[in-house]
Amino acid sequence: MPNMTMTKTPMPEQKPDVRNHNFEEVALGYTEEMAVGEAQRCLNCKNKPCVTGCPVMVPIPEFIAHVAKREFEEAYQVLTKATSLPAVCGRVCPQETQCESKCVRGIKGEPVGIGRLERFVADWHMANSKEAPKKPQQNGHKVAVIGAGPASLTCAGDLANMGYEVTVYEALHTAGGVLMYGIPQFRLPKEIVQKEIDGLRAKGVTILTDMVIGKVLTLDELFADGFEAIFIGSGAGLPNFMHIPGEGLVGTYSANEFLTRVNLMKAYRPEYDTPILRPKNAAIVGGGNVAMDAARTAKRLGAEHVYIVYRRSEAEMPARAEEIHHAKEEGIEFRLLTNPVAIHGDESGKVCSIECVEMELGEPDASGRRRPIEKQGSNFELPVDCAIIAIGNSPNPLIPANTSGLEVNRRGCIVADEETMATSLPGVYAAGDAVSGAATVILAMGGGKKAAKSIDEYIKSKNA
Amino acid sequence: MFQIVQKKRLNDSMTQMRVQAPYVAKKAQAGQFIILRVNEYGERIPLTIADYDREAGTVDIIFQKVGKTTLLLDTLEEGDSILDFIGPLGKASELEGYHYAAVIGGGAGCAIAYPQAKALHALGAKVDMIAGFRSKDIIILEDEMKAASDQLYLMTDDGSNGHKGFVTDALKQNIEAGAKYDLVVAIGPLPMMKAVCNLTKEYGIKTIISMNSIMIDGTGMCGGCRVTVGGETKFACVDGPDFDGHLVDFDEVMKRAKTYAELERESTREFNCRLMQQAEQ
Repeated sequence: MPNMTMTKTPMPEQKPDVRNHNFEEVALGYTEEMAVGEAQRCLNCKNKPCVTGCPVMVPIPEFIAHVAKREFEEAYQVLTKATSLPAVCGRVCPQETQCESKCVRGIKGEPVGIGRLERFVADWHMANSKEAPKKPQQNGHKVAVIGAGPASLTCAGDLANMGYEVTVYEALHTAGGVLMYGIPQFRLPKEIVQKEIDGLRAKGVTILTDMVIGKVLTLDELFADGFEAIFIGSGAGLPNFMHIPGEGLVGTYSANEFLTRVNLMKAYRPEYDTPILRPKNAAIVGGGNVAMDAARTAKRLGAEHVYIVYRRSEAEMPARAEEIHHAKEEGIEFRLLTNPVAIHGDESGKVCSIECVEMELGEPDASGRRRPIEKQGSNFELPVDCAIIAIGNSPNPLIPANTSGLEVNRRGCIVADEETMATSLPGVYAAGDAVSGAATVILAMGGGKKAAKSIDEYIKSKNA
Repeated sequence: MFQIVQKKRLNDSMTQMRVQAPYVAKKAQAGQFIILRVNEYGERIPLTIADYDREAGTVDIIFQKVGKTTLLLDTLEEGDSILDFIGPLGKASELEGYHYAAVIGGGAGCAIAYPQAKALHALGAKVDMIAGFRSKDIIILEDEMKAASDQLYLMTDDGSNGHKGFVTDALKQNIEAGAKYDLVVAIGPLPMMKAVCNLTKEYGIKTIISMNSIMIDGTGMCGGCRVTVGGETKFACVDGPDFDGHLVDFDEVMKRAKTYAELERESTREFNCRLMQQAEQ
């Protein structure tokens, strides 16, 4: 008999006033009892609409059925056939617009907590399973993967499962991409990301860090080394600035720099050497998930006032509703319909305020969103000692600039076929933010999965 | 892990290390740099590639002990390893097509300036090298600089080697004595590079400087190293480190360089205390 409760089993979390002073994970995860109870809400539909909402097509009812029967390890085995990073997806996917948006239980109540269950199963496996991952049978073909973010790790994991000898080249000293340097510890503990990456290594994937492809090796040199295909998952890591006066002042950060110092370099912990300015009052410019992450991080570093400065209204904010909700609970102050025009500094060059204008919404623009218009003469200053620019990222031009014949569009994104992820160069595939511009972890993973399938077909047809 | 195959103390504050890094050595060009991280808790710091040997697969770095990380790096000996050593990064210097250049190094900057002199020489330019140090006790690479240039002007702030004055004094003297430089390369502390640029601007001589901004990743993903050049925002790690010195907003750069001064002092003090405690035990 299914559990017909209309609402999701709530997930315990740290209290807002406690968690905004620490970097521990906010959401604490389900207990076994909670997970079994929630799993029993799944009706195990025949047509499985939830699966169509998942970019990597996790067989959702199948894994949940195992959870309902307390077969947690079996659930994990089903899960990892489709995704290499379940502990990550369960935490950071916007399930409300993906799998859970299609759940039948969501018509008359809340959908099944698919993300929470995925997270539970992955965490349970990490904590309890002693089984060493099986190394798949090798097929003797080599593939190179550039970048070690979600798109690349998914592509590498799928190719390894098919028997390919995969080498991942990562520019930073740690694999994981935005999972390591961007998304904060309190949303996605780095130890968990590391365990999933170690799992890939155990499957036989070689990960080489400190390798800046485009500088240290070219794509041609990789082909010459015997790789039969190359996947580019280099992401969109080039921060955009606003080009307003004062962006060179001390205390102005790109969100990428601020988050990299805190997450990758662990500047918030005293035993690490990388410094960070701990703001008293901070303004974060932007309304996406990155802006929310930066704001909540600034608060945890001890800031008294943290402002989100966003030029449209809350309805247009690209951040997940849950992140906005969490930020508000933690005391982040929202200055909506507000746009910065300048950052002001003192005589030593340190930020002392951010000058903004009020905005109002006009007619919808080409993107369908109502265009913000400046209210003349409404300028005011917010006193802050730190301004963090989180208005988006573009793809890093390093690889296209050093690869002749690799087509990019005018936004600097690598041009790839939507279905096959094939680029303008034979044997070279690309996906994730490098192709789409800054998007979500799960879309990057979906692209990585498609590319792995295409690479397999390409190599098979070449050797047929 | 990247093994240190040779270590040489150049003077009390400067050390040269030869590091086994075949990938970097294979691609390195004059003007490029590496980022290194000493250990798991370490920060990432940029250092210019002072020399390389493609055959042996080694890269030379020269660093001045100015704070915690460089002090820590200096505790490593031959046979020890550096955890991360990433490069070559940045654009190679564009030194082709010049006839007569003045290459100016200030202190540790000489370690970066002398390969530039060497490269210009190899491209057929006549090269005067002007090297500045606080006193004669800290002069480094004198033989190398002599070999890389047609004429070496070695200046000390206190005159302890007999040539008292700043690098700008020697440069000005040469120009007024008729040296027809079509390029000046200046590498060293920010105030020195700024002073050189102010001087060469008067004479309309093209001047290239090597920007030493604060960096983290060194691959263009954070903008921590941004510099305003000719009114535009540039990232020193990917657009540089070389820039037209007459277009650089030095005042902004000099303020940004002090961003973490207080935290750096604290971290260095703690490190020195720990070393002393260890020594006492």
